[in-house]
Amino acid sequence: MQYKSLIGMEIHVQLLTRTKLFCGCEVQFGTEPNTRVCPVCVGLPGSLPAINLHAVELAIRAGLALQCTIAGFTKWDRKSYYYPDLPKNYQISQYDLPIASQGILEYELHGERRPVRIRRAHLEEDAGKNLHDSPGMTQVDLNRTGTPLLEIVTEPDLHSAEEAFAFANELHRLLVYLGVTEGVMKKAQMRFEPNVNVIITHEGVEYATPICEVKNLNSFKALRSAVDFELQRQLAEWQRDHDYTLASCGKENRGWDDDRQETVYQRGKEEAHDYRYFPDPDLIPIVVDDAWQECVRKALPEMPLARRNRFMQDYGLGLKEATLLIEDRPTADLLDAAVKAGGPGNILAKHFISFWQQHANSRECTIAQLGVTAPRLAELANLQQLGRISSSAAATLSEALFSSDQSPAEIARQRGLEQVQDRGAIERLVDDALADNPQAVELIRLRDKKWEKSLGFLQGQVMQKSKGSASPILVREILMQKLDLNQG
Amino acid sequence: MGPARQLRQQVISGECSAEEILNQTLEAVTRHNSRLHAFLRIDEAQARQQARQIDDRRGRGAALGLLAGVPIAIKDNICTRWGLTTCGSRILADYRSPFDAHVIERLLAADAVLVGKTNLDEFAMGSSTENSAFGPSRNPWNPDYVPGGSSGGSAAAVSAGLVPLALGSETGGSVRQPASFCNLTGLKPSYGRVSRYGLVAFGSSLDQIGPFATDVADLALLLQVIAGRDSRDSTSVELPVPDYVAELEQPLDRLRIGVAAEYFGDGLDSQVRNAVEQAIREYEKWGAEIVEVSIPHLRYAIACYYLVCTAEASSNLARFDGVHYGHRTAERGDIIQLYSRSRAEGFGAEVKRRIMLGTYALSSGYYDAYYLKTLKVRRLLKEDFDRAFARVDVLISPTSPVPPFRFGERLADPLAMYLADIYTAATNLAGICGISIPCGFTSQGLPIGLQLQAAAFNEARLLRIARAYQQHTSHHTRRPELPR
Amino acid sequence: MSEQIAATQVEHIARLARLALTHEELTRYGEELGHILAYIEQLNEVNTEGVEPLAHPLAVHNVWRVDEPQPSLDAQQALQNSPATDGRYFLVPKVLEHYDAS
Repeated sequence: MQYKSLIGMEIHVQLLTRTKLFCGCEVQFGTEPNTRVCPVCVGLPGSLPAINLHAVELAIRAGLALQCTIAGFTKWDRKSYYYPDLPKNYQISQYDLPIASQGILEYELHGERRPVRIRRAHLEEDAGKNLHDSPGMTQVDLNRTGTPLLEIVTEPDLHSAEEAFAFANELHRLLVYLGVTEGVMKKAQMRFEPNVNVIITHEGVEYATPICEVKNLNSFKALRSAVDFELQRQLAEWQRDHDYTLASCGKENRGWDDDRQETVYQRGKEEAHDYRYFPDPDLIPIVVDDAWQECVRKALPEMPLARRNRFMQDYGLGLKEATLLIEDRPTADLLDAAVKAGGPGNILAKHFISFWQQHANSRECTIAQLGVTAPRLAELANLQQLGRISSSAAATLSEALFSSDQSPAEIARQRGLEQVQDRGAIERLVDDALADNPQAVELIRLRDKKWEKSLGFLQGQVMQKSKGSASPILVREILMQKLDLNQG
Repeated sequence: MGPARQLRQQVISGECSAEEILNQTLEAVTRHNSRLHAFLRIDEAQARQQARQIDDRRGRGAALGLLAGVPIAIKDNICTRWGLTTCGSRILADYRSPFDAHVIERLLAADAVLVGKTNLDEFAMGSSTENSAFGPSRNPWNPDYVPGGSSGGSAAAVSAGLVPLALGSETGGSVRQPASFCNLTGLKPSYGRVSRYGLVAFGSSLDQIGPFATDVADLALLLQVIAGRDSRDSTSVELPVPDYVAELEQPLDRLRIGVAAEYFGDGLDSQVRNAVEQAIREYEKWGAEIVEVSIPHLRYAIACYYLVCTAEASSNLARFDGVHYGHRTAERGDIIQLYSRSRAEGFGAEVKRRIMLGTYALSSGYYDAYYLKTLKVRRLLKEDFDRAFARVDVLISPTSPVPPFRFGERLADPLAMYLADIYTAATNLAGICGISIPCGFTSQGLPIGLQLQAAAFNEARLLRIARAYQQHTSHHTRRPELPR
Repeated sequence: MSEQIAATQVEHIARLARLALTHEELTRYGEELGHILAYIEQLNEVNTEGVEPLAHPLAVHNVWRVDEPQPSLDAQQALQNSPATDGRYFLVPKVLEHYDAS
């Protein structure tokens, strides 16, 4: 038996706007129930929706980044169904003319780029929340009602839980990068709904299991587990009963039980809604002309994967470090800005992944949020590049940059962190070290197999005597000279 | 009570206080409303407070607005912060709006005195006020006859002289038809001219708030106050608002009046026909050129209208479900039963009928055959009007094919009732403007209305042409005799 | 599309519209809708080939609201018309999270 897994994704992304999609209520998480609502949110009679321009722009930005075609003409449609968290009993969405369609997003797995086709991306309003904590009653909170969402739908181009996981991460990184969403998973700002089925070839016959849509997954981990579970479940189910197919069972909606780590049947296709879509007569169409598209396109930042590769190439970073650095866009922007300010890229990058990251970790913020400006970062790196301070002095100095407005060079001078460049002084220290360690000197003269280690040891001794202030480059040079070692 | 413009002058000059005018109004309401049932509720405390504030401000020498001290009635599907907004429906019998409609804000800013809320067919669905959950209004010209609808309460209130001005709303003729039945001047503004914010939606692509007055001059004053862009209604248009009052005085030259045979076909009452044809001859006598035009798709207007308005209504009225506001059934059950029973108990027969029709038209498998087809015919109809208005300033026709009818006369057959909207519904489908003005009386002494329609946002010229008729005739000056 | 709509069809529409109709109502509306739809059938006489649907009389597009917060209602106002509330939430009978809305 051979089989192939097909996974398509529907992703709901909460757009990073201050206000809701159709009214001026603030988008705010975790406030008292029903305090971020207005007549539009409660669907009061006489209220009317008014489109938030910023939400539309974010959708166009996302669409362009996903290499989609942006619709020149798009409109709003009402999707009708009754539910207490949907006060109008219709959701304003985009049905047949999504704002973006036919795009592509590449993600990386095991060092290999893999494309996923984007079928469409459309704008819609979020529903409120039904709470089921009190017995016998459901409580309805409408604070979330009307929050702008971008629903992205992919083609079934994913073939494993691992791929789904990697794709979701890439999409998340991209959209956060673009400022399209804050992407906080704990606040359900990104929700995944994988559509999963398996194509099985058995004794020359092809079977397709029912397409199961797992609703509302709020974390990457849940996504991976749910897809994994679904694939196993569908295979097992089909093995038990070869009639468990799309043809005879249709589509299914399933939920994810995180405690039990399994999906649960919700409803089948025959129970599908009749949503009675029709154009919302309260709203007027959107026309996106080429000039507007160009304007948004020009403002697009470098895409995360491209930036990561550039960081690896230009700044000599490894895959892991580069990936870490691009994760937070303001931090990556800061690194680029420091290079632009004249700092050496490779030293700056090392500073970022070593002590700047440590400072950020201990302050529970990002490097960009530390508040050290690009020119000062660049100057610090330059001091090290020129050999005026050591890398460990740079680390020490970085701490001082928080509490002082003075330039890194001045602080280095005042704190005696500058390296001793006085050749005579270092020669004296080298002589002392050689005198103190005849055994090491002997090993070097005999070219013992550990002679390089002994050289390092001697260098360490000199540095120790200088209390770390000697220029390591100069120390090595003098040591080599005195030991008659050919340089280079 | 005199015309609004005169009352305003009296208030501004100090000849009469806003509160004195209000007292006259309240007195008239006390005398006549129980019989006419024009007002559902009088908001006396609110009205008195407004009147006193206006008098206060006048006392302090402040400038007063365009409607200073003028009492006005509001159709009860327009939201007000005070009192109730019921839409003539049991489902909203206790509903309090936390906000004012845009037109209400405009009226308050213009120093009008809002007296109360008037009766209507439930959710503005009807042509007689017989569909009001709170009982019908009566025609001041003869209480055995309907005042028209759905804005029948507003029409009855102005016609009986309780107030000089009122607001109604239109989806397919709900201002013009009652204006015609009550010998009033009533306007359906172009779609987008007046903000719909705070008007409880029936057919969103058709709805407009419209003014009632006893003549064109007063109506222009009220239109001046309510017209204009409102950012809360995306469909209100960013177009300058002309000075309607000043433009009334502009000379009329090269007036071309279009007559389309489609408005004079089968089913037109002969007395109505005679009155309108007489009016056409009079316009011609005053120098207008009468031009024959055609609106070939008018015969499909009713089919088209009842699909569009019911489809939109089925969606607009989905929100009335007993969850967040409005009537909730007392019967216990699950959420679906709560929805279905609350709605079944809260809505009247006509509203249910239209929700059923609209739901059907939008449901899976019928959308293309009905809704999409209808929207295509709607475009053809609009193009008919575009062609006509390329040749003429206005189209002249009857407002309603029939004069006022008796209570109960048309309830049995919903389709027959729908067909009576034939001359008005197309205006809303095309988004153009239309006005009804008095043009005579039947042998039983019931009013007959004349309709003039003009291209979208051509209200100033439309009013000017209607005004010309009133300058030469006196039908609009006649008032019903009311029992003492 | 016949003069009378099948009873099951009328029931289905009533269910979609969330209207608990009596038997009499279902029968009556079935008949009336049949008549009205038969009348509406005349739209089929019109040749609409190549005609764009007109959803809206206005030829306007791109009307926006800027992304600036406006005051919300306070919770008391938001809940003031609620038929059932605990002062913070709207209350309804227990609903299943995945209840079938069809």
